[in-house]
Amino acid sequence: MPHGFVCRESCFELVMPLSLQMPLPMTSAVELLGQLERGETTAVALTEASLTTIQSRDSQIGAFLSTNADAALAQAKAIDDRRRSGQPVGKLAGLPIAIKDNMCTMGLKTTCASRMLQNFVPPYDAHVIEQLKTADAVIVGKTNLDEFAMGSSTENSAFQVTRNPWSLEHTVGGSSGGSAAAVAANMTSVSLGSDTGGSIRQPAGFCGVVGLKPTYGRVSRYGLVAYASSLDQIGPFATDVASAALLLEVIAGHDGRDSTSVDRPVPAYSATVDQPLANLRVGIAKEHFVEGLDPEVEAATRKALDVYRSLGAEIVELSLPHSKYAIATYYLIAASEASSNLARYDGVHYGHRAAEFSNMIDMYSASRGEGFGAEVKRRIMLGNYSLSAGYYDAYYLKALKVRRLIRNDFDAAFAKCDVIASPIASTPAFKLGALVNDPLAMYLSDIYTISANLAGIPGISIPCGLSSAGLPIGLQLQAGPFEEDKLLRAARMFERAS
Amino acid sequence: MAEPLTKADVTKVAHLARLKLTDVELDLFTTQLGQVLGYVDLLSELNTDDVPPMAHVADIANVFREDELKPSLPRAASLSNAPKTDGKFFVVPQILEDA
Repeated sequence: MPHGFVCRESCFELVMPLSLQMPLPMTSAVELLGQLERGETTAVALTEASLTTIQSRDSQIGAFLSTNADAALAQAKAIDDRRRSGQPVGKLAGLPIAIKDNMCTMGLKTTCASRMLQNFVPPYDAHVIEQLKTADAVIVGKTNLDEFAMGSSTENSAFQVTRNPWSLEHTVGGSSGGSAAAVAANMTSVSLGSDTGGSIRQPAGFCGVVGLKPTYGRVSRYGLVAYASSLDQIGPFATDVASAALLLEVIAGHDGRDSTSVDRPVPAYSATVDQPLANLRVGIAKEHFVEGLDPEVEAATRKALDVYRSLGAEIVELSLPHSKYAIATYYLIAASEASSNLARYDGVHYGHRAAEFSNMIDMYSASRGEGFGAEVKRRIMLGNYSLSAGYYDAYYLKALKVRRLIRNDFDAAFAKCDVIASPIASTPAFKLGALVNDPLAMYLSDIYTISANLAGIPGISIPCGLSSAGLPIGLQLQAGPFEEDKLLRAARMFERAS
Repeated sequence: MAEPLTKADVTKVAHLARLKLTDVELDLFTTQLGQVLGYVDLLSELNTDDVPPMAHVADIANVFREDELKPSLPRAASLSNAPKTDGKFFVVPQILEDA
């Protein structure tokens, strides 16, 4: 029997019944691709293993909104046939992958975890999906999220809550919680998420996996359902840094259908990721170590800095003076852009239409009132309010100005260091239900991740320990624009040493 | 700048946003949005008179392309998710009075 299949099957025997203290030992995408190439496993075996794991475990986790079993198995078989007959195969040939359900997949339902798009079947593929298909990755399913990617716990889904594979009473973070949980629970070794204010990095931290938000413009947003267009960016989840590097290499690159997609070459991230950086300067910002930071998270972060010291890195103390304004700035800008982007849901072209209404305007209002959940409504109204006459200067315009100050802070910081290290969140995963009824408290939980989106810089979350309660703690590294190569190599240095 | 947000304010914004709210939602959102607006008021302590606004971080502007004919989605695919269609058009409620 193929090796990859044996591992997954024996692991899942071990964890039944599911009372996970520790998720399964995970096999990385890079390792699985090696097994495929050497003929030790097949695309069909890996796809079956992935689907079996989803079937046996996802009733407790809730990571997936839909699976794509028949098409995935057919595609896997075709890839195995091509490989067997010596035809060329793509970079990810036969690798099962999960996709956050806000990226359009042709013929496969894309709901954004919203009643509004409950039955939406895209007639085209997002750019990243085209890239994955060209690379012969096998899409096994679509993962849960906070509705329209608005939230930090995946509790805002209209359909289901996703539970943390490390502790079913805790959240997975959000908004890409399903994609993080899919990797943490070994349902797929990699997945895609989107990150508007931390929606890849924070759930990666809460679930003990690697999550990367690329530089704004590095990956095309074509076919990603828009939330806040000047902040949204697609990126990978993986069990390890090298696999994240490989996945980024596949999805990055210029696409004329997204006018903010930047036309510059994609470095061979996976070829350089194992090369340590000489004379690495790791910055730490004093604003990141303040009241409210959980002592265990702080200790884990400081221990990570010791690891870098032991690798010869210099630790540089610096300041990001406008950090405390980031959350207010973000929620004004993101909500304003959301109010405009979500105006398209009018019950006419696609999406939910109310059954009863008195006229055209009433049809819009009733359809949107029924189709959107509470958090989406709050953000649309906050955005409309801050863009409306009389408030525009005080709210939206003010936020755009502070956004520049935040970016300037980072430009100054990266003159003194290569990467900035910080916690990914103030605490490990919080309990289900703890913040969901207090929107402002939920917003404040994004404190460490949100600035990277405002500044457009890349950030990565890598595991750096466990709390005394056995929950993962994530370390965040951020780098200057388009310095993913440096970011990944710095992350890999830590991963290898810890 | 922050005067307390009233139910009338929220009703007005909800209308502008084309969102039909229940009475329960209206009460809840008035409180919650009021808290959020109170929080974002934090920005007013910063003097930004000389700071140019940053709408976008990408170092690109005005991306042009040739104006040429290219294939687009076929009509059937475009209409495939419509709540109501006659096979040729999106069907909406009447918006003009009978002549």
